[in-house]
Amino acid sequence: MTTATASHDDHHGPEKGLMRWVKTTNHKDIGSLYLWFAFTMLLVGGAFAMGIRAELLQPGMQLMEPQFFNQLTTMHGLIMVFGAIMPAFVGLGNWLIPMMIGAPDMALPRMNNWSFWILPFAGAILLSTFFMEGGAPAFGWTFYAPLSTTFAPDSTDFFIFAVHLLGFSSIMGAINIIATVLNMRAPEMKLMDMPLFVWTWLITSFLLIGAMPVLAGAVTMMLTDRNFGTAFFDATGGGDPVLFQHIFWFFGHPEVYIMILPAFGVVSHIIPTFARKPLFGYSSMVYATASIAFLSYIVWAHHMFLTGMPVAAELYFMYATMLIAVPTGVKVFNWIATMWRGSMTFETPMLWAVSFVFLFTIGGFSGLMLGIVPADIQYHDTYFVVAHFHYVLVTGALWAIIAATFYWLPKWTGRMYNETLGKVHFWWAVISVNVLFFPQHFLGLAGMPRRIPDYSLQFADFNLISSLGGFAFGASFILLTYIVIDCVRNGKPCGSRPWESAKGLEWTLEPKAQYHSFNTPPSRALIEAESQNS
Amino acid sequence: MQFRINETKGIYLFGGFMKRLTTLLSALVAMMSTNVFAEYGLNMTEGVTSISRDIYDLHMMVFWISVLVAVVVFGAMFYSVFAHRKSKGAVAAQFHESTKAEIIWTIIPVIILVGMAVPASKVLIDLEDTTKAEMTVKVTGHQWKWQYDYPKEGISFISNMAQSSKDATTGTDADREAVGHYLLEVDNHLVLPVDTSVRFLITSNDVIHSWWVPEFGVKQDANPGFINDAWAKVDEIGTYRGQCAELCGKDHGFMPVVVDVVSKADYAEWVAEKQAAAAAEAENATKTWSKADLMAKGKTVYDTSCAGCHKADGSGMPPIFPAMKDSPVANGPAADHMNIVINGKGGMPLFKMLGDSDLAAVITYERNAFGNTGSVVQPSDVKSAR
Repeated sequence: MTTATASHDDHHGPEKGLMRWVKTTNHKDIGSLYLWFAFTMLLVGGAFAMGIRAELLQPGMQLMEPQFFNQLTTMHGLIMVFGAIMPAFVGLGNWLIPMMIGAPDMALPRMNNWSFWILPFAGAILLSTFFMEGGAPAFGWTFYAPLSTTFAPDSTDFFIFAVHLLGFSSIMGAINIIATVLNMRAPEMKLMDMPLFVWTWLITSFLLIGAMPVLAGAVTMMLTDRNFGTAFFDATGGGDPVLFQHIFWFFGHPEVYIMILPAFGVVSHIIPTFARKPLFGYSSMVYATASIAFLSYIVWAHHMFLTGMPVAAELYFMYATMLIAVPTGVKVFNWIATMWRGSMTFETPMLWAVSFVFLFTIGGFSGLMLGIVPADIQYHDTYFVVAHFHYVLVTGALWAIIAATFYWLPKWTGRMYNETLGKVHFWWAVISVNVLFFPQHFLGLAGMPRRIPDYSLQFADFNLISSLGGFAFGASFILLTYIVIDCVRNGKPCGSRPWESAKGLEWTLEPKAQYHSFNTPPSRALIEAESQNS
Repeated sequence: MQFRINETKGIYLFGGFMKRLTTLLSALVAMMSTNVFAEYGLNMTEGVTSISRDIYDLHMMVFWISVLVAVVVFGAMFYSVFAHRKSKGAVAAQFHESTKAEIIWTIIPVIILVGMAVPASKVLIDLEDTTKAEMTVKVTGHQWKWQYDYPKEGISFISNMAQSSKDATTGTDADREAVGHYLLEVDNHLVLPVDTSVRFLITSNDVIHSWWVPEFGVKQDANPGFINDAWAKVDEIGTYRGQCAELCGKDHGFMPVVVDVVSKADYAEWVAEKQAAAAAEAENATKTWSKADLMAKGKTVYDTSCAGCHKADGSGMPPIFPAMKDSPVANGPAADHMNIVINGKGGMPLFKMLGDSDLAAVITYERNAFGNTGSVVQPSDVKSAR
């Protein structure tokens, strides 16, 4: 039987050439496609950020027109959220979920192919708006009406189409993950045996399915307001511009957790491995994730404390927002309890994971401060907010993606990356990212609004520091690119379990996970031995 | 150590990039020993109203609680990182569950959060109560300027960013230090009496703006078609500066707010002056102007209100902002031209808040400057076109 399976595999190895990637239905191929796409978009969005920081290096308009600056901030946000972070996590999910649950592939492989291949086209449409008459969208990634409707450039309709496509792709990805986790899981694996990355992605998928259609509704209303004479967001026709914000943030807040829950999952794998100690509080981690997901649907208006809501609504949204600190705190405490009295080593993935806990928690504290409505009056729409969400998205979500890349790269390639370079890159990135974003807290508190292309002189010094940090952080990705390519091409072959105390079914596969894995489901004994909940 | 925004004493030195960099590095060294930090504006302002002080206190309370929690949590983490290392011979314990611990670190945060929520709720309820106001100012956001109306006093004016700041935005050799309050100066300051509870009614004429004066603890979105309110009772005479806080298009970064808070006597004098000026303007609107007078006045209005997009030389920034030079509108029928300026069109904001004589002047200017050959428009034409 085993030999038969092996020869069966040989006949179904990957096709050669470009068509392998176009036609592939293999979860590993598609995972790689997602990850490379996300990395490309990260570099594109990063290039925009470099433009922003270059303009803000010194007071005065140096390099660009204010309108182009607004195009850059808008596209930076959109590309990073929809092009880099989200596809990167879908890529990780594609690669890892089937291997972690002992499934041969995703439940809906053809849809998987489609949901990936929509992305490059959606990204291309979005980026092409730069070359259109009137320029790219310039109304911020939150595209508040009526700036994005009555007062927007013509290219906005292409932006709307791109958002629809991205939403399509995300929803299909989410359906696929739910179907895979619930139907393709090894028959002997109970839900509470599942690794946390799988749990967090399962919960994230439900957030995606709930949130993305709301976004689709918002952009569709924009489309009809712009082209078909409706007035959903136009007060002169009886509409309400604030309605847009309610709809947007009803999507937008779950979106925040869509980008961070899988990161929690990643970190919950890495810390136990390098602490050589089981994850502390497995079930409380699962419940905390579910609580955060639930709360994420009922706190959206904390982004809108200045829109003129009634006091009662402001009080409710403040209390609900503060509640999120509780399950998030539980997670942080659990990670630290996992490290406590472990036997730790600090290989590159662990460095990223520990700094994730530290820096993400700083973003959590500033998030708590932002939740206090009266204080938010001063923080709102300043660089304090910019600092906050970059701490949770860059040193949170992106950090986890990089940590995951270093952690599972040996399993994806069968080779080990250069540990010394990995550490150099880590320290380079972690220092520069703090030089980049920490001063922005001060800028915001001192009164610098966000999304301005020029600033008054008392903000000059911290902007200079921040920009210099930004350039250094941007440059660190050149090294990251080299490390990954060097690993794929020249890395030293590694064993099937390169981290001595890593747990999980994926580590039972060959050093480079075979093209088709788990053609026969793993046994109960194997599942128990590899479970995080032991 | 006092934390205050201070624009003039900041360590920023005008000059080349390298010079600034050296200054900055030496300043960073200096910070270690002195309180140079204070000059940087590191922290939120305490402000000059009871609300702004309450907000500051809340901010500091939450900040110190966060610091305390951070010290405990990160302390535990870094202790573990340093002590529980394999290289130090640490042997991993195998514990992985404790319901007791989970309950403790659920309950303690809840208690801390309730401790924060109680004072926050009190301040919030107070700052949302605008019923005790003694006077009202209506604030209207426009792309990219603020309009202030005193409904009871019959005063209305527009506040644009000062020309000196506009001129200094471009050019590497512009002396921004000499401009004085670069980007934070306007042509017409909002004037308010001290020790008086003022209600602000805030709205917008086009997109969403946000009116913000940090020292007042007031920031409120200006939504088109809706009116929001806020209040402030300033207890220190002085000039206070803020900016638009909600992205409102191209010149979002260039619509500052400047408020002069003056003694009650000075305020009464200012009101009388403004009312006299309003009466004179009403007279202007009824007389017939010479073309030369209209052109002169029109240039001033154009440079303030139109040049941001259509450029001082009328070249515009096509295709978003059309050129005035050879424009079919400026050379076509006056009625269409007036309609676009008064009521706006698509991305072009409306300008009906300008007076009849200002509108007549600027339209005449647009129709006759830049080599255009349109007709002359009088204030009476504008009045009937409204």
